[in-house]
Formats: sequence, structure tokens, C-alpha cells
Amino acid sequence: MIELNHYLLLSAILFSLGVIGVLIRRNAIIIFMCIELMLNAVNLSLVGFSSFLGNVNGQIFVFIVLTVAAAEAAIGLAIIIALFRNKDTINIDEINILKW
Amino acid sequence: MSFNLETFLFYSLAVLAVFSAIMMITRRSPINSALFLILNFFTTSGIYLLLRAQFIAIIQVLVYMGAIMVLFLFVIMLLNLGDEKSLKEVLGYKKITALLLSLLLMSLLGFTVFAGFYGKFDKISENAINIGTAEALGKELTTTYSLPFELASFLLIAGIIGAVVLAKKRFE
Repeated sequence: MIELNHYLLLSAILFSLGVIGVLIRRNAIIIFMCIELMLNAVNLSLVGFSSFLGNVNGQIFVFIVLTVAAAEAAIGLAIIIALFRNKDTINIDEINILKW
Repeated sequence: MSFNLETFLFYSLAVLAVFSAIMMITRRSPINSALFLILNFFTTSGIYLLLRAQFIAIIQVLVYMGAIMVLFLFVIMLLNLGDEKSLKEVLGYKKITALLLSLLLMSLLGFTVFAGFYGKFDKISENAINIGTAEALGKELTTTYSLPFELASFLLIAGIIGAVVLAKKRFE
């Protein structure tokens, strides 16, 4: 039988891989996909707690996180398209006008 | 440790999930990254099924893989980006520091959750099979959590309007 800490360890590893992706990649779309990976890793630990505690609240949380992820993906991709239209690039090293 | 199907499935799905996540952050072409992310979501969906969360597993396939990732693939194909430079060429001292710090984060986070919950919850609750159904979740969503449920619909409306406004051509 798999214990809860195995699920949590998997979730931690996936979350950290998402962090690595955000830090080392320069393509805005890939950074965005890494954020989805991190959201997904957190969902995994929420469902894990929900199942092991026999409590439905964790899965409600996951439902809300999914909604936020869907809205975020739509807005974020629209921002990326607007950026590409104005700058002809989505490399975040070249999009740095807000950098102080 | 006796062999059983659940253990086998968990370990194979976990290895596949970590593998696809690593492939996703190292591929040069955004399309390959997106496809590996879809594989990763698929394995996560399998793990949800192992955790008896059937409704969340189906929603994961429908919403994440069916809607969000298709949107990503559309945008990648619309923008028609070339491959990035390979990671080896761009690996400066900043990237290496970031990588080392993230690995530190991974070990700290992993150790904390693995050791902190060691032996505390050793089996899935008997009740888990009943709470993962669409029926139980829907009942909870429309009674106890009706306010967050309605607010989520406002969030989606705001998302739709925002996406249309942002992606529209400039007027000027």
C-alpha cells in the first residue's frame, strides 16, 4: 500500500521541476506551461490529503484551482499574443521595458 | 513488501510523470514541451484515479488536456516560433545558480513532506470511494460551497472578456 508521503514527495518533485523550468527557460509560453505544471503538482497533494483524510474539501479546492487555471491560461495566452504582435518576440530577455 | 497492482501502477505513473516533466523543461521546441506536458497531465490523472478521485481525474482530462493544452498548442502554432537555442549554449552562471537553488528547494520540500508524514497516513480512507464521485462533489459545491462556486463563474466571465479585449486588434 502506498502511503501519503509518497504522493506528497511526487508532488514536491513535480513542483520543483516547474520552478526549475520557470527559472531557466526564456520562452514565455514554456514558462507559462511550467506554471501549469506547478499548479498541477499542488492539486496532486490536495487530492492526496483529501483521499487519505476522507474529507471532500480538498477536492473542492482542486475544482476551484482548475477554474483559476483555465481563466489564467486564456488571459495569459492573450497577453502573449498581444506581446508578440507588438514586439515580434516572446523571449523574456528581450521584453524588459518594465525592468528597473 | 508484497507486490500488488496498486503499488506497481503508482510507481510506473510516478516515474513517467517525473520523466515527462524533465523532458518538458528541457526540450527546445515549444510543441514538444507542450506534448510532454500533456503526457504529464495524463499520468497525474491516473494518479487521481489511484487516489479514488474519479471526478477530478475526468475533469483533469477534459479541462487540462482537452481545453487548456489545446489552447496552448493553438497559440504555439499561430506564433510559429523557431526552436530556442539549446540549453547548453545559454547555461550561464545565473542559470546554474537558479538550478542549484531549485534543486535545494526540491530536496528541502521533498524531505519535509516525506519525513514529516512518514507513517502518519498509511492507507486511503474507507470513505474516499464515496467522496470522489460527481454526486458527492456536486452536492458539496452547490450547498456548502455555493458562494465560491458562483464566484468561479464570475472569474470565468472576466477571463473570457479579458482574453477577447487583449487579443483584439488595436483601434488607433
